[in-house]
Amino acid sequence: MEKYYAESHEWVMALDENTVVVGISDYAQHALGDIVFLSNAEVGDTVTFGERFGDVESVKAVSEILSPVDGKVVEVNKDLEDTPELLNAKPLETWIIKVEGKIDPSKLMTEEDYLALDKDH
Amino acid sequence: MADYLSNTANQQEVMLKELGFKSLEDLYSNLPQDLILQRPLNLELGQSEFKVLDTLKELASKNKVYKTILRGAGVEHHYIPSVVKQLSNREEFVSAYTPYQSELSQGILQSIFEYQSSMCEITGMDVCNASVYDGATAAAEAIQMVIEKNKRKILVPKNIHPQVVHVMKTYTQWLNIEIVDVECKEGIVDIDDLKSKLNDQCAALFIQHPNYFGCLEDVQDLAQLTHSSGAKLVQYTNPMTLGYLKSPRANGVDVAIGEAQPLGISMSYGGPFLGFMSASADLVRRLPGRIAGQTVDENGKRAFALTLQAREQHIRREKASSSICSNQALMALTASMYLASVGPSGLKEVAEYSMRKAHYFANELVKLGFKLKYNSPFFHEFVTVGPIENSVIERTLDEINVLSGLGLSSHETLWCCTETTKKEDIDRVISRLKEVLS
Amino acid sequence: MSQLIFERSVPFRRAVRFDACDVPEVGLDEKYVRQSKARLPEVSEVDIVRHYMELSRYSFGVDNGFYPLGSCTMKYNPKLNEFTASLEGFTSIHPDQSLSTVSGTLELMDNLSISLSEITGMDAFTLQPAAGAHGEFTGLLLIRAYHNARNDNKRTKVIVPDSSHGTNPASASMAGYTVVSVPSNEMGGVDVEALKAVLNDEIAALMLTNPNTLGLFDPNICEISKLVHDIGGLLYYDGANLNAIMGTARPGDMGFDVVHLNLHKTFSTPHGGGGPGSGPVGVKSCLVPYLPHGTLIKETYGYRYIDERDTLSIGRMRSYYGNFLVNVRAYTYILSLGSDGLKAASQNAVLNANYMMNALKDTFPVAYPQTCMHEFVVSLADLKKETGISAKDICKALLDYQMHPPTMYFPLIVHEALMIEPTETESKESMDYFIQVLKDLKQLAYDDPQKILNAPYTTPVKRVDDVQAARNPILKFQHK
Repeated sequence: MEKYYAESHEWVMALDENTVVVGISDYAQHALGDIVFLSNAEVGDTVTFGERFGDVESVKAVSEILSPVDGKVVEVNKDLEDTPELLNAKPLETWIIKVEGKIDPSKLMTEEDYLALDKDH
Repeated sequence: MADYLSNTANQQEVMLKELGFKSLEDLYSNLPQDLILQRPLNLELGQSEFKVLDTLKELASKNKVYKTILRGAGVEHHYIPSVVKQLSNREEFVSAYTPYQSELSQGILQSIFEYQSSMCEITGMDVCNASVYDGATAAAEAIQMVIEKNKRKILVPKNIHPQVVHVMKTYTQWLNIEIVDVECKEGIVDIDDLKSKLNDQCAALFIQHPNYFGCLEDVQDLAQLTHSSGAKLVQYTNPMTLGYLKSPRANGVDVAIGEAQPLGISMSYGGPFLGFMSASADLVRRLPGRIAGQTVDENGKRAFALTLQAREQHIRREKASSSICSNQALMALTASMYLASVGPSGLKEVAEYSMRKAHYFANELVKLGFKLKYNSPFFHEFVTVGPIENSVIERTLDEINVLSGLGLSSHETLWCCTETTKKEDIDRVISRLKEVLS
Repeated sequence: MSQLIFERSVPFRRAVRFDACDVPEVGLDEKYVRQSKARLPEVSEVDIVRHYMELSRYSFGVDNGFYPLGSCTMKYNPKLNEFTASLEGFTSIHPDQSLSTVSGTLELMDNLSISLSEITGMDAFTLQPAAGAHGEFTGLLLIRAYHNARNDNKRTKVIVPDSSHGTNPASASMAGYTVVSVPSNEMGGVDVEALKAVLNDEIAALMLTNPNTLGLFDPNICEISKLVHDIGGLLYYDGANLNAIMGTARPGDMGFDVVHLNLHKTFSTPHGGGGPGSGPVGVKSCLVPYLPHGTLIKETYGYRYIDERDTLSIGRMRSYYGNFLVNVRAYTYILSLGSDGLKAASQNAVLNANYMMNALKDTFPVAYPQTCMHEFVVSLADLKKETGISAKDICKALLDYQMHPPTMYFPLIVHEALMIEPTETESKESMDYFIQVLKDLKQLAYDDPQKILNAPYTTPVKRVDDVQAARNPILKFQHK
């Protein structure tokens, strides 16, 4: 399935009609450096587009993860509790939360547009 | 007179010339000129070391240093071993900055790690930070550790050190946190009142044990009760007493904090002191302040570093939930040295002897006609209700070079004994009070 | 590295012993009593001494060498200050002693407050805050109390420049404020137009460091101050950089209403490996009624502390009256230097910084090349691009020269930043040596970068793995 990106460097991808997964971009993991901890949402939480649902920490930085979608968290990636470094190793294959909700492409970028974005400014 | 400059006037001139300046004043030519102070600061001119020392000695001599101190209330006179005094003054420790450059700071980092380890040992907790300003600010920070999005109440009994409660209130006044009073009975938490106030909006119960009046709480019962309503238990404690008393963790406490001044730190008119904060493992990410951790260097050799720094204020900026940047590292080092020099047996003795002296003293006061205000068991502090007014006690004992207990009201006094309180001093105090009574 | 003190432990060994207890035993209910002793180290006195001597060898203070750590003002800490702070009349007094028995202390605290007021141009000081960040928090609560007392409740925002210390926005949010960031202009100062755009009646205060974290004095300070006051806001001065201007310019004269100082920076009290510091807060008279409990005030009948009777007070910020012994050191320093010495100290701090900046400007680009104050920032972005050697690598290489590296990666607005603050107490020779080493390291970065990547060589451990420390935290000794 196709990934859509938010300006705040999260991606979202549909699994089926009502379920999406959310992760962070390769650019984001690279900018953060070695990720050491993820403070994640909990199952049952409501997430709102553009609002924080978790924090990702590297050795000397912490960054909020904003939700690229509205909906309800139905699953969190438990592997990340002990091995947050998966986000460095395979950012595009590692989802953080699974959400019951629908992608709104009008608020997001396609992968092509996101990769073309000048992210340093 | 003293300026501690290294460069001579001649060197200063050479440097100025190299920069194209004529005078030191020229260095400030970028400043708006109407901001330049056109007069000398209204202070005395610099003085020689000899004169300054004279002035400071004169000031120090105007303070009364008591031979016997029966006042505690959070600040205690304990014996500080010479080895602690001497070693904690090493310049490498004293004049170092925060150990951000790990490779150059292994000594300081290891000392923090050892401090954390020792504090975890006596509290039984899993993690301890590298210190905060004092016990009261540790309490205020602990509130923010345990508060939850939907649980904004903290239950605070009326037997907590008043300054501690006050600092908690100052810290949380704009943060939508409610401090709820809990009544006391016989000096300890009134279980019925607590039950009536515990509900699912309470983030934590905050207790002091031994409490401000010296009484012992039934911590285990309080832990069960608090946990059953989904709240956490925070214990403010004097770590010296933990040489003898059951550790907070063994009683089921989630966060143990307090003032560690009794561990080898002088009273110093209230500071610098040592606030310690320890917690169970699940709260590690909420523990504020610096933490040292063990890791390895490139060659796999054991090494230490400040860690979990992403929680800290200078990185979180407006997302921070604590007011700690610098801490009390040198006091933590001192406490750690103290704990090593007394060791497990010594710490137990300090605590036990303090308790025994207090009980002996209390008995003697009762014989004179003083009453113990509370019936609950106490440790090394206790409150009497006296036949003599406080002001009279204070004046009378001052005459024999004794700092009396702290007056809580006209006839109520909070007394404290430590291992330094001699039986002969107690007997001297008792016989002097007897004279007043007769 | 060294053994841990726990690893030196031998059962039943001990250092300090106490006299046998001369009063009867007490039977305390079992439920209160610890069942087994805490596993503290069991060591002899000689063990302790050797242990800590070893740790001291692996520590580095300003007494060990040059410490040009920008923003931290690592000036020499005079020995006299340590001596006066150890006088028994100061160390052995209980904070609850009656005021009549501590007149020397009261006099000292009053004199120190008066001196700090004169140095900064403020009307009154509280010595209660324990450190800089604590002072900031205090200052913001004062501002909040001031607006509230005037029923001016819509002020919910505090402005902070993007070059600020991280503690500024943190303190503002602790006081319940929302933080608004303003950008710097091309000269490194506050962008006045951008400031105007965010000024309105919701602004409680602007927090500023002047000179700022780039070591630059903001020439527009009077205009900025007027703009903020015109909309009813107050001006907060982060005194971290006061060491540049003592005796020459005063925050009070620039229009600041609240000031915090870092006595452990400007007034030479030692950092202690992270603390204790002291962060007194000075205010203009309009804020005096809100000062915290435990602040000493002089009234016609004598001294007293602000307490519950002072209903406008923000309350208590910590126990008692501040880090008193730190304040004794600072007072000793002020008496030693006096009006002439304090001015000369700042002038020489500025001279030393400009001397170093000038000597280094052809080696590393200076972020803002006008005359700096007590510190300056260079960027190693070009070096990194061309050689792969980062600011951090250069800092690690500096460790082999018995010098502490500068502050790195701050302020955030300069890439690959090194922030250099020599302070006034350093000699030309030590600065020249540092300059030469930096030049040599730059050359080495081009000639043999691997050699820098492998540094440090002489420290007890090689580069420490911060990532593992954070991923798998080991935060205390693991007993076998």
